[in-house]
Amino acid sequence: MSSENNMTEHWHVLDGNEAAARIAHLCSEVIAIYPITPSSTMGELADAWSAEGQTNLWGAVPQVIEMQSEGGAAGAVHGALQAGALSTTFTASQGLLLKLPNMFKIAGELTSTVFHIAARTLATHALSIFGDHSDVMTARTTGFALLAASSVQEAQDMAAIAHMATLKSRVPFLHFFDGFRTSHEVNKIALLSSEDMRALIDEDLVKAHRARALNPDKPVMRGTAQNPDVFFQAREACNSYYQAVPGIVRKAMERFHLRTGRRYSLFWYHGSPDAERVIVQMGSGVGATREAVDKLVAAGESVGLLTVRLYRPFDVQGFIDALPKTVRAIAALDRTKEPGAIGEPLYQDVVTALAEAWPGAVKMPRVIGGRYGLSSKEYTPAMAKAVFDELKATQPKRHFTVGITDDVTHLSLKVDDDFDTEPADVTRAVFYGLGADGTVGATKNTVKIIGENTPLHAQGYFVYDSKKSGAITVSHLRFGPRPIESTYLIRRADFVACHQFEFMEKLDVLSLARPGATFLLNSPYGPEEVWSKLPRDAQQTILDKKLRFFIVDALTVAGQAGLAGRINTVTQACFFAISGVLERDAAIEQIKESIRKTYGRRGDTVLNRNFAAVDASLAALREVKVPARADSRFSRRPVVARAAPDFVQRVTAMMMDGKGDLLPVSAMPVDGTFPTGTTQWEKRSIAQEIPIWDETICTQCGICPLVCPHAAIRMNVFPAEAMKGAPETFKAVPWSRKDGGPLDNLLYSLQVAPEDCTGCGACVDMCPTRSKTELKHKAINMAPKLEHLEAERANYDFYLKLPEQRVPFDKIDGLRGSQFRLPLFEYSGACSGCGETPYLKLLSQLYGDHLVIANATGCSSIYGGNLPTTPWSRNAEGQGPVWANSLFEDNAEFGLGMRLAIDAQRDLAQHLVGQLRGAIGDALADALLQSPQGSDETIKAQRERVKSMCAILERIDAPQARQLIAVADSLVERSVWIVGGDGWAYDIGYGGLDHVLASGRNVNILVLDTEVYSNTGGQASKSTQRGAVAKFAAAGKAIGKKDLGMIAMSYGNVYVAQVAIGANPVQTVRTFQEAASWPGPSLIIAYSHCIAHGIDMTTGFSHQREAVKSGYLTLYHYDPRLGMGGADQPLKLDSRKPTLPLEQFTMKEGRFAMLARADPARAKELSRKAQTDADARWTLYEQIAGVHRTVTEQGDVPAATHAAPPEAE
Amino acid sequence: MSIDLSTRYLGLDLRNPLVASASPLTGSVDSLKRLEDAGIAAVVLPSLFEEQIEHEEMATHDLMNFGSEVSPEARGFFPELAPTGSGIDKYLQLIADAKKALAVPVIASLNGHTPGGWTHLAQQFEQAGADAIELNVYFLATDAADTSEAVEQRYVDLVSSVRGITKVPVAVKVAPYFSAFANMARRMVAVGASGLVLFNRFVQPDIMLDELEVAPHLVLSTSDELRLALRWIAILHGNVQASLAATGGAHTTDDVLKVLLAGADCVMMASCLLQKGPGHVRALREGIERWMSEREYESVRQMKGSLSQRACPDPAAFERSNYMKALKSYSSRFA
Repeated sequence: MSSENNMTEHWHVLDGNEAAARIAHLCSEVIAIYPITPSSTMGELADAWSAEGQTNLWGAVPQVIEMQSEGGAAGAVHGALQAGALSTTFTASQGLLLKLPNMFKIAGELTSTVFHIAARTLATHALSIFGDHSDVMTARTTGFALLAASSVQEAQDMAAIAHMATLKSRVPFLHFFDGFRTSHEVNKIALLSSEDMRALIDEDLVKAHRARALNPDKPVMRGTAQNPDVFFQAREACNSYYQAVPGIVRKAMERFHLRTGRRYSLFWYHGSPDAERVIVQMGSGVGATREAVDKLVAAGESVGLLTVRLYRPFDVQGFIDALPKTVRAIAALDRTKEPGAIGEPLYQDVVTALAEAWPGAVKMPRVIGGRYGLSSKEYTPAMAKAVFDELKATQPKRHFTVGITDDVTHLSLKVDDDFDTEPADVTRAVFYGLGADGTVGATKNTVKIIGENTPLHAQGYFVYDSKKSGAITVSHLRFGPRPIESTYLIRRADFVACHQFEFMEKLDVLSLARPGATFLLNSPYGPEEVWSKLPRDAQQTILDKKLRFFIVDALTVAGQAGLAGRINTVTQACFFAISGVLERDAAIEQIKESIRKTYGRRGDTVLNRNFAAVDASLAALREVKVPARADSRFSRRPVVARAAPDFVQRVTAMMMDGKGDLLPVSAMPVDGTFPTGTTQWEKRSIAQEIPIWDETICTQCGICPLVCPHAAIRMNVFPAEAMKGAPETFKAVPWSRKDGGPLDNLLYSLQVAPEDCTGCGACVDMCPTRSKTELKHKAINMAPKLEHLEAERANYDFYLKLPEQRVPFDKIDGLRGSQFRLPLFEYSGACSGCGETPYLKLLSQLYGDHLVIANATGCSSIYGGNLPTTPWSRNAEGQGPVWANSLFEDNAEFGLGMRLAIDAQRDLAQHLVGQLRGAIGDALADALLQSPQGSDETIKAQRERVKSMCAILERIDAPQARQLIAVADSLVERSVWIVGGDGWAYDIGYGGLDHVLASGRNVNILVLDTEVYSNTGGQASKSTQRGAVAKFAAAGKAIGKKDLGMIAMSYGNVYVAQVAIGANPVQTVRTFQEAASWPGPSLIIAYSHCIAHGIDMTTGFSHQREAVKSGYLTLYHYDPRLGMGGADQPLKLDSRKPTLPLEQFTMKEGRFAMLARADPARAKELSRKAQTDADARWTLYEQIAGVHRTVTEQGDVPAATHAAPPEAE
Repeated sequence: MSIDLSTRYLGLDLRNPLVASASPLTGSVDSLKRLEDAGIAAVVLPSLFEEQIEHEEMATHDLMNFGSEVSPEARGFFPELAPTGSGIDKYLQLIADAKKALAVPVIASLNGHTPGGWTHLAQQFEQAGADAIELNVYFLATDAADTSEAVEQRYVDLVSSVRGITKVPVAVKVAPYFSAFANMARRMVAVGASGLVLFNRFVQPDIMLDELEVAPHLVLSTSDELRLALRWIAILHGNVQASLAATGGAHTTDDVLKVLLAGADCVMMASCLLQKGPGHVRALREGIERWMSEREYESVRQMKGSLSQRACPDPAAFERSNYMKALKSYSSRFA
């Protein structure tokens, strides 16, 4: 916190989101929410608190409602405000943009509200979930006041001040703090109590707010339309309210100070009283700058920091008054970028304020403007020093960047990385863990233990990589005697823990250890053995830095305590035992107390096992006697293979190695265009077990490669002679399909990619073939990776070099045929056992070489498009899917635009072919215009024709020829697919999706339906089933799932299918082909199991069978072709009448079973209703399937020809 | 002549010897009430399986942790729900509710597997109002390293540990698979078992031919199965200072009469009540009265144990020769 504070407080450890959300919940009656990172937690907490019955200041439980989009949330808030409720909402980034239209209205109507924003980067050349001010800066023109918090403490305190001030001023407030750095940092703060808030919120103002409500007893109207005669004057009528805001906020801050002892001001100056150089800044970066100021001032430099809290309305005089009169040079630091502007917003405001109000007698300081910290880029005291140094220069850069190396426009400042401001009495600890091992949870707990039970202050910040399986987490913890405001990652740690032994070969985990630091390694090897298992570079670092080295076999300790795989309790106990932060016995007691607090509601078993693990941990902790020299013969593995392309070597590998920060501007594409097919270079090797093929019993059915979520199982047929040079362990058997002709005498092989497999086991679970003598043995079986790695690595390398990776058929041959085709979606970072990715892989196998994908934001855009490596790939000819993500809400429209462009270019190309027929030749022109394109061969032939045409055109000097060359590729068929999750299709993008369905255009829509917002942590969508517990539906969703397929069918000319690849893979493959061949709109709703269902992901696909058997899900396809001329019933049911009670399926999923534990009566009632839903749904479908329906040919489908559906297998 | 059907079991006065053993029927106050209305003399609540509780708690715990903190965008995938009480809480509530609703004794049943779990839970049962506790001991020694001595000692230790902390009577429901059952019975009584419930029936695995899978398969008992208990009750009657309850196969009036004659203090039933409903109790009671009346028995006390090994004219009939004799008579009939 930024000011003196001597009063007694209730200290608690929480993150910025919780700090703000508590105040919002206390001060609101209606809260409209929608998930978006990094603000989702605020909505989740508000929902959970209301679900638990927690009340606001007036004793009522706030109504929390999830809306279909942020725009909807803003509309709901606007309505609630007009009806007199105190109302709030939370959001970030693009979500804030969706709220802007309502924000103008709310401000225009002078309505009191606070929107709490975890500020996040706006998507531009790329999406980023991380923090900067580009979103909040777009709200500058709305008329909302902008109040910035720069720490977790301030996220709470400014939230309170915003709620106080908005009621007084009637001006709505946007309260923001930095996404992740503040929203997700846990820190020890002095908590405001309900009593504090009651004392701070003026009841008369609340009454006045209510009195302004629309009330039929005192009728008025708002939202009129005004003409040129009065609009302008009316717009100016609010001026005095805005003029009053700075004074009101100042008074609110004074009142807050009286109550809490924490003093704030609109502009807060810190530093030398006679500073000559000053940085002006807002947000979390001020923590780092302040440390730099303190150190520089102590060294005799005259520097200071001016922190901006109330950014809008900008109090010009307040700003001038807050600056030391000695200031000669100012750097305004903006955490945003406005390309083309004279400077970023804060810079412009500073310049304008000085121009308007700097006292004439004194020379006006020089102002320079700099950008820092975009997308949570690290901002350190060393960078602040670089800015101060720049201010010393005689000709400083007028506009600069800091924190990156700009070797193109040379705007960046040079930073002295050795400038360190951290005091010696702060303990710094860094923990490397796997997402799944509980490290982050345990380290958060550690911060709580120390922060809440000792006088020490504590801070935790957590960094994740971008993978959903095998994600590496790094926890940064600080403990010290003063409030900790170091808003940057730890660079020199006193304690380093590595919770996964295999990281030693992958990561330079010791780089952050300071000399003499303590190193704790979770090791399956004992103290005598472990040294020889470390890579040589790690050994050398331990020696060079003279590290104290401890080990614990946490996996064994946890396993023996009955906590298989959850090593967090063990490693946490070891940290306390050896770090010295707390006295050992007291620490152990505190851990147990914390376990009691955290898990108390989960039962004695959970408590006792964790207690047992704590006790056993200390006994298992060993100090390693470090040998005198490094003697390992192996080192850390190279990041990528030498064969990787130049871009991957230069750029991608740096990111993979955690050194992306070092990449200069010149390394980056200027427009966000990146090469595809890069996951193949990232051998993550995260599986413990991999599938091994038993060729002797395999029936070559193709199921295992079909369901493999990571394309880590491949199958192929090839001529026997291709076996030349095969490793001894490479397996191939005669191909089982003997239908005569040239396809005989081929060999078949099924091969695992051992380092790309995540070990989910879905392949084994789905394998239908069992050994006759040992039923547990299948045609594919999981086996320890280490025993097979070397051989399978060589086998896979050989497999990839086999001559023909494409199916030797001229058409796709059902399920099995599809799996002989090269996947052009491979090795994604999706969750192990993901239910979505097999559909995308299949899509890439069927249409990859001419596939165009519009991808909604969500899981599929993250595992599909998050750097450093991306899974969409290309074939040997260099062809492959093109992929782009626009937004969350507009994906259907985005894809339709692609279709329109392709059609327009095709039309132009066809027109030009006609015009240039003489030069091209009739035969080629006719072939180009009329040849069918529905198979590999016909598309290949068209590509050849296009190539021939272009060769001819190159020789013609005519503008039409140049034009035709530019659009010639569009003569080749493009398969346009619009892909996204249920959050997009059912909720935020539904309006657009509906419109695209109604367009009649040839687009294919694939909904990866997990029935929740998976990417943001499992919030309910309108696809969530009745009775399922989800975030935002903590009490179990009360209403049934929307029937999107039925809505789409209502158009008549839309191909619709509902599929579940695990339940009926043949139907899935067939419906994909039918959808693609239907020249109008198609919609495939693809049931996708998800970790948010609370299931065993290994059996996710076979579990889908029970979904169908129980009537939870009905498989069907609706093919308009069957209704042409009223010949048949277009709807065909592809699953049988349910035979299992619904509960037998649902109770195997945590999302349903959890409600049965938490609220058995409600679970029973919702389950009963869900059974009724399922019964009614089946009956309805059955009836519709019997109905003849005429689909009008004319006008419904734009294309003249209606391709026949492919034959069913 | 009015016949006195009353008996004593675990020191509790029962209005007749018919007791509902642990089954789904004893799991709700509603069906317990129906049993009482039909004339049942005591009820044994369904077994609380310590393992099951542990499993459920850990499953919820794992679920809440599942996928948590793996991505910067999701702290976890489920809202933190407070279970409305653990399995233990629900069971304690059932004890309390049953006690409130019923006049007949309520016996709580516990299937534990750790010493801590046994004692801790038994104590809670007592506090919740249980009139007695039935320990449902199940330990399958599948590890070839486990010796019979160790297994037997485990039983004795468990009974002893529970006895040490509860004041209410404790019955032990055991399986017959002991080399020296009579000795085992005596040892359990010696450390404080107030009664023995003979015998536990286990759900045995079966092979599903369609699925080619092994799965537990619950089969309801038949009257034939009762004879194992009949033999041991007859042998133990008068030889151990503890109540004896017969269970596993008592379906008909005849079944009940036979075990009473052998020396049982009460007869526990589940399968027949599940098949025929609580009203079957009434029919059984009437059948017992009719039979006793026809043979001019005045009371259950009078006839109890009258054909036990001690009291029967041919004690050897309960011993090994019984088998020989059976075969002999069987073959002679058709010789």
